[in-house]
Amino acid sequence: MNEMSETREVREARLQGLGCKRKRVEDVRFTQGKGKYVDDLKLPGMLYGDFHRSPYGHARIKRIDTSKAKAVPGVLAVLTAEDLKPLKLDWMPTLAGDVQAVLAGDKVLFQNQEIAFIVATERYIAADAADLVEVEYEALPALVDPFKAMAEDAPILREDIKDKTTGAHGERKHPNHIFTWEIGDREATDLAFREAEVTIKELISYQRVHPCPLETCQSVASFDKIKGELTVWGTFQAPHVVRTVAAILSGIPEHKIHVIAPDIGGGFGNKVGVYPGYVCAIVASIVTGRPVKWVEDRIENLSTTAFARDYHMTAEIAATREGRVKALRVHVLADHGAFDACADPSKWPAGFFNIVTGSYDFPIAHVAVDGVYTNKAPGGVAYRCSFRVTEAAYCIERAMDILAHKLGIDPAEIRMRNFIRREQFPYHSALGWEYDSGDYHTALQKALDAVGYSALRAEQTARREAFRRGETREIMGIGIAFFTEIVGAGPAKNCDILGIAMFDSAEIRIHPTGAVIARMGTKSQGQGHETTYAQIIASELGIPADDVMIEEGNTDTAPYGLGTYGSRSTPTAGAATAMACRKIKAKAQMIAAHLLEVHHDDVEFDIDRFRVKGMPERFKTMKDIAWTAYSAPPPGLEPGLEAVNYYDPPNMTYPFGAYICVMDIDVDTGVAKIRRFYALDDCGTRINPMIIEGQVHGGLTEAFAIAMGQEIAYDEIGNVKGASFLDFFLPTAVETPKWETDFTVTPSPHHPIGAKGVGESPNVGGVPAFSNAVNDAFAFLGATHIQMPHDAWRLWQAAEALGAQG
Amino acid sequence: MKKIPLSLTVNGDPVEALVEPRTLLIHFLREQLDLTGAHIGCDTTHCGACTVDLDGRSVKSCTLFAVQAEGAAIRTIEGLAAADGTLHPLQEGFREMHGLQCGFCTPGMIMRAYRLLQEIPNPSEDEIRAGIAGNLCRCTGYQNIVRAIAFAAARLNGENLEEAAA
Repeated sequence: MNEMSETREVREARLQGLGCKRKRVEDVRFTQGKGKYVDDLKLPGMLYGDFHRSPYGHARIKRIDTSKAKAVPGVLAVLTAEDLKPLKLDWMPTLAGDVQAVLAGDKVLFQNQEIAFIVATERYIAADAADLVEVEYEALPALVDPFKAMAEDAPILREDIKDKTTGAHGERKHPNHIFTWEIGDREATDLAFREAEVTIKELISYQRVHPCPLETCQSVASFDKIKGELTVWGTFQAPHVVRTVAAILSGIPEHKIHVIAPDIGGGFGNKVGVYPGYVCAIVASIVTGRPVKWVEDRIENLSTTAFARDYHMTAEIAATREGRVKALRVHVLADHGAFDACADPSKWPAGFFNIVTGSYDFPIAHVAVDGVYTNKAPGGVAYRCSFRVTEAAYCIERAMDILAHKLGIDPAEIRMRNFIRREQFPYHSALGWEYDSGDYHTALQKALDAVGYSALRAEQTARREAFRRGETREIMGIGIAFFTEIVGAGPAKNCDILGIAMFDSAEIRIHPTGAVIARMGTKSQGQGHETTYAQIIASELGIPADDVMIEEGNTDTAPYGLGTYGSRSTPTAGAATAMACRKIKAKAQMIAAHLLEVHHDDVEFDIDRFRVKGMPERFKTMKDIAWTAYSAPPPGLEPGLEAVNYYDPPNMTYPFGAYICVMDIDVDTGVAKIRRFYALDDCGTRINPMIIEGQVHGGLTEAFAIAMGQEIAYDEIGNVKGASFLDFFLPTAVETPKWETDFTVTPSPHHPIGAKGVGESPNVGGVPAFSNAVNDAFAFLGATHIQMPHDAWRLWQAAEALGAQG
Repeated sequence: MKKIPLSLTVNGDPVEALVEPRTLLIHFLREQLDLTGAHIGCDTTHCGACTVDLDGRSVKSCTLFAVQAEGAAIRTIEGLAAADGTLHPLQEGFREMHGLQCGFCTPGMIMRAYRLLQEIPNPSEDEIRAGIAGNLCRCTGYQNIVRAIAFAAARLNGENLEEAAA
């Protein structure tokens, strides 16, 4: 290789840095069946745990008899709340400042709640014995409708806190009330509504769904009695936080706890929280002195660990007759289930729902959220979105369409009229955020042009006329969603989890030969971190990405970080990676200057080397520099070449995008066919376009599932309906639409490489795009708002109610 | 529980084992033979993460007892690459076309595609989509999986790969 004669393009390409469609490092093992997921782990003497669960949604436990279960050969222990009490582990703290029963002692509060944990030598024996646990119940009336939670005669669910008039987030107005969270200017908003020319008001519900990664939640705990050390392998999106929580709960010193998140089979928010299974596996390992594995089955996953949404949003917009928005008022009734186990930053009981003003220049707004308990599974995680951001985006995007419909203004036009303009950034929203950057008009215009929007509207008009004439039974909908997200939590000044600031980290070490190992505090669950972080390092340091190994998930070796969710990896750990590289680069510059025998101000970085300014033939590559750092460091300079950065972002990032869905619905069957779906995303600087596109495809498919069919529903006595793949809609390759992707690039001004994060955008923007298309299709028949999910049965009902079948 | 002798061929190698009559094939493969490539993603035979090839058919190994595989020839993802380590065109295609993300569905998906391409050597997009409808993926939205399988089909048929990738 002649380093002199190579063109800059060749040198640049060799790095596979920012912007390269680099093939994924992870795929080499995954395509050969050599991934290492939790359930692949097999340790000598390992035992298996399984739960006995409640068939009731709400019942008093009169008696638990474990004798038959204990008598099964191969069963080593059966744990109940009584066994956990002396260890003070029968209850555990939640991320939201509440407590959750690890094993139910006096009462069960949701169907499939954990009652006993059976530990046996084999998986099947544990399952057999779980069936033999006998529990006597006194059934209690179940509360499943959040709108009835605060009624005077509502059954009181949480007897453990029934007399507490304040909770972690302020005053409680009712024993089933968790908190009221308010933000914005109520008085000014109310005044704006009184003076408004036009108002709209609609209850927009976002049904309870579940993130449902293909791999369920699972863990293996192994307690070494001699060393007093605990090792836990688990499906953890945030392994460092798990270790800290384990230390606090167990009393085992944090340095003697090793938490390892190996390969994770999808997370989507499901694997952020701490669940009874993890705690029971740990206790069982301490009790038995042997490793204990706990693996959820699918029904357990869908019915117990971390639902999402269940937000019932009453949205009001005040506007002028020309469609200029003047004020936004939203009240949310939030169904949190039996325990408040929302995975939000601790001070944000409704997440970042105050992004609900969306992409529009609302001068004034007010939001109030009431959280309530019901007899449903706990959770409230951000299913492929930043905290409550998808709920907010759905709310405002539906509401804008409802306003447009009322005023007879085109949905694209009403958005254009109200967008925050490019020159308004950084933009201070009425609900307290500082949007970093955006160019909304350009993005929406590009989307409209790409789909041929005006021709589509003309076709729709013709089709509606044909429908009225009885020539077709199909109606056509065009759904537009223009979303703004808030991701990358977050600045220490306003985001923490259990008191730990939500920074993230990178530790980068260059070895003498110029090969690199880098570790981050985040944890990939399919996002491709091993590939993309290496690309950041490649561009920053001029070392080929193929020479960089990325490691995450081992709390012994990785620097502390808050994990991967809320699209935070790129905004936080990605930034930390760039900053750590820059520390290394500063030292490399000194070494290069020393080697080139010039002042360090006289050398400059160029792709993969430092060269003497004005003399490109005099240079030292990063490889040369790395070797020198270990072999002959300049006098006075510490040997070695490595750096750590803990990055506290100055602000969050605000990705945005314009999505357009074209749909045809057969009013006689309710079957909706997605004709076209176009997604334009602006996530700032694009690290790996191939991975971005893949993320968008996947997120859109999840959005499609949510909007068009997913629901975790309960019947009136608290039975969870649809908690298996028989009922819970996961689209196959046949139903899944084909996706068209596009982009604009508006870098984040405060992120070191300008990147914003993208993994969750398609879920956030996709859901309203589908729902707006459905509502748009039915609008000419008189529909204002049809609730999700829009499955064929419900769309058929909607058509019938609107007289479309007459 | 009394164990039953079982003999079969797995990835070309003869296997003799003792299994409980109720042991599921997936647990036998994963826990007794340590072939952890195939995964378990549900309990209702929907997800296909456990798909392996058995006597020329794709089967969901969570829905067969191990004893039902008596005398059978099974191929799993671990046995797909050539003996010299050369990857199967499907393994190459999934990486080339970004047909996977978390990797959990991938072994089942590839094994299903392996059989599909023998059933239909030159499938249309619709045939690929219908052919993998028994395998769920939560990450990719299938679009790139379809491209990955088309890539492999083209390679197996000796076609121009640029065209297949388009």
